[in-house]
Amino acid sequence: MCAEVTTSAKGVPAEAGTPGLKASLRRAERRKRRGAFLLTLPLLLFITVMFLIPLCGMIWLSVANTTVPTYMPKTVAALSHWNGKDLPSEDAYAAVAADLGVAFKNHTFGRIAKRLNEEMPGSFGLINKTTFRSARVKEAPASWKAELEKIDGAWGKRPIWTLLKRESSPVTADFYIAAIDMQYSAQGVLERVPSYERIYLPLFWRTGWMSILITVLTLVLGYPLAYWISRLPESKANLMMIAVLLPFWTSLLVRITAWIVLLQSHGVVNSILVGSGAVSDNARPMLMNNAFGTVVVMTQVLLPFMVLPLYSVMKAIPDSYVRAAVSMGAHPWRAFWRVFAPLTLPGVGAGVLLVFILSIGYYITPELVGGQNGQFISNRIAYNVQESLNWGLAAALGTILTVVTMILFVLYGYISGNKKVSIA
Amino acid sequence: MRRRKLPGYLSPAERGWFYVFRFYGLVVLFFLVVPLVVIVPLSFNASPYFTFTRKMLELQPSGYSLSWYKQFFTDPAWTHALKNSFIIAPIATICATVLGTLASLGLTRPHMPYRSAITAVLVLPMIVPLIITATALFFYFSYLHIVDSYLGVVIAHTILGTPFVVITVTATLEGLDPQFYRAALSLGASPSRSFFKVVMPLVLPGIISGALFAFMTSFDEVVIVLFIAGPQQKTLPLQMWTNLRYTIDPTILAVATLILLLAVVLLGGLELFRRRSEKLRGIKV
Repeated sequence: MCAEVTTSAKGVPAEAGTPGLKASLRRAERRKRRGAFLLTLPLLLFITVMFLIPLCGMIWLSVANTTVPTYMPKTVAALSHWNGKDLPSEDAYAAVAADLGVAFKNHTFGRIAKRLNEEMPGSFGLINKTTFRSARVKEAPASWKAELEKIDGAWGKRPIWTLLKRESSPVTADFYIAAIDMQYSAQGVLERVPSYERIYLPLFWRTGWMSILITVLTLVLGYPLAYWISRLPESKANLMMIAVLLPFWTSLLVRITAWIVLLQSHGVVNSILVGSGAVSDNARPMLMNNAFGTVVVMTQVLLPFMVLPLYSVMKAIPDSYVRAAVSMGAHPWRAFWRVFAPLTLPGVGAGVLLVFILSIGYYITPELVGGQNGQFISNRIAYNVQESLNWGLAAALGTILTVVTMILFVLYGYISGNKKVSIA
Repeated sequence: MRRRKLPGYLSPAERGWFYVFRFYGLVVLFFLVVPLVVIVPLSFNASPYFTFTRKMLELQPSGYSLSWYKQFFTDPAWTHALKNSFIIAPIATICATVLGTLASLGLTRPHMPYRSAITAVLVLPMIVPLIITATALFFYFSYLHIVDSYLGVVIAHTILGTPFVVITVTATLEGLDPQFYRAALSLGASPSRSFFKVVMPLVLPGIISGALFAFMTSFDEVVIVLFIAGPQQKTLPLQMWTNLRYTIDPTILAVATLILLLAVVLLGGLELFRRRSEKLRGIKV
């Protein structure tokens, strides 16, 4: 483009207007680009400020370690040249006492205690006790080391110092380590937590396998349904699709309410079972508040997301393909497997990934009908945000879930090709 | 209704398969729809149970009542929640629709730079799991001190609604023949007149269905509200959640029936708009 302009300007003594025309064309083009961009700008800004920044904030929170660097600056400085092998020197002890003295005045020692306790149980009491007792020391003692060790023997051992040293860094992997059920041993070595304390890995595992089970169930239920509807005449097919879309359009809470009505121990299903004499009144099966409830309800809730992509792919396959295969002597079964089924694979891939992606992030359904053993990782994120107030851990778990979802979604975009992500 | 006859050339096995498929399809549809239908009669239950009482099964009038509907429209906890939902959802819908439509107009211009990257960013709120959005917004809003405020809830619901508007409006605009606009211009209409008189009526069904999606999203959303709203901002889904969680009583069945009705009306409306849009463009009558 540019070269063209120069040649015409240099080589041919062209009409005086030509370079000017090109330039003004380019200007017009630029203006149009700017115009188009300006139209998207308000939403882009809104999404950036109100969605992307919070998301990045959450990721930052999952690695941020502000408590000890903020509230114990002198200790951080004093420990920076500690070799980590023997006990630290006297000035580290003095720094701890000074920091805790300030924290006592500012009422911030509770935060230090809470943060350290998350990493090493027992630190809560240690910090509180040390803060109160050292605040009572009026005159600076000859040796803070002796003084602190007198207050609590733990100051004379290495673990608390190793912990303080580790917590000195402004960035930490602690939350991720906790999120995969590992911890630092008293010697500061990474190890798995005792088996009765392992929560998160089993939960990730359960979220995964239950989502796979739900995805398979929706495929098994949805594929024949989509096939049947796609072969119906249009007017009937539309009616059936409305039946598929109705639950999709109905509030999730309404659907869960309906399932609670059906599945609870004195619900409709159990009443029918008891009424028909299939089970006795005092042996009603538990149909909800367990993994079974989660799987059944989520299968129904997510089924439309499987049927929709399958239906749109199948509708585009003409009947004549299978008929041609049959007319050339293929058994109908073989014609189906070799001609029809491969053509539906993009729909299967899209449906499977969509259902799986939605499933691993579900929160409401497992929370309401999942009981103890039907919970997903999202329930634990919510628990850490709202109840245990361990935001760093919640952020780490959230980041892991986000990354997994993003990877799967890129795969989804790849499988469903250049088509727009269509949910409707 | 006239039975569609199966073509005569099918073998008995193929006929058998046809019926098997039909049976299986109907069973799956049953699984999809029946749980929703069951709550409708139960919402008229006269006794505070979630099951069909003997009187209901014998169709005695005394077994039925409207008391749960009355409860819904008189209990302040429910009416307050209903009012909140009808304040928050429309505002969020309007914000999402305006922002989303503008963005779609830009995205479908032939000169749009970085189109696919920007589209990916704009639909991100639909992809990220709700629990993550809720967590991230909770941290962010606590930092900005707008937790427990109407502003926070409206912002959150606008975020969730925009991807639906962007997707439906972009799809409608892409299906629009640019000749219409050019024809209007060539006949002497000004650009703005051509846009509002020709393009707008053709795109309106897309905008309205996008807005409906955004409205339903806000009207149904509970996870984010659970994280960032205070008791003052309690919406209808949050009140339903509280009811299911703590004080389960059949009022929720009445609410569910009403919402189901709303969904049927909206779905019917959407279908009408789709047909109208197709008719306008002469694709199909």
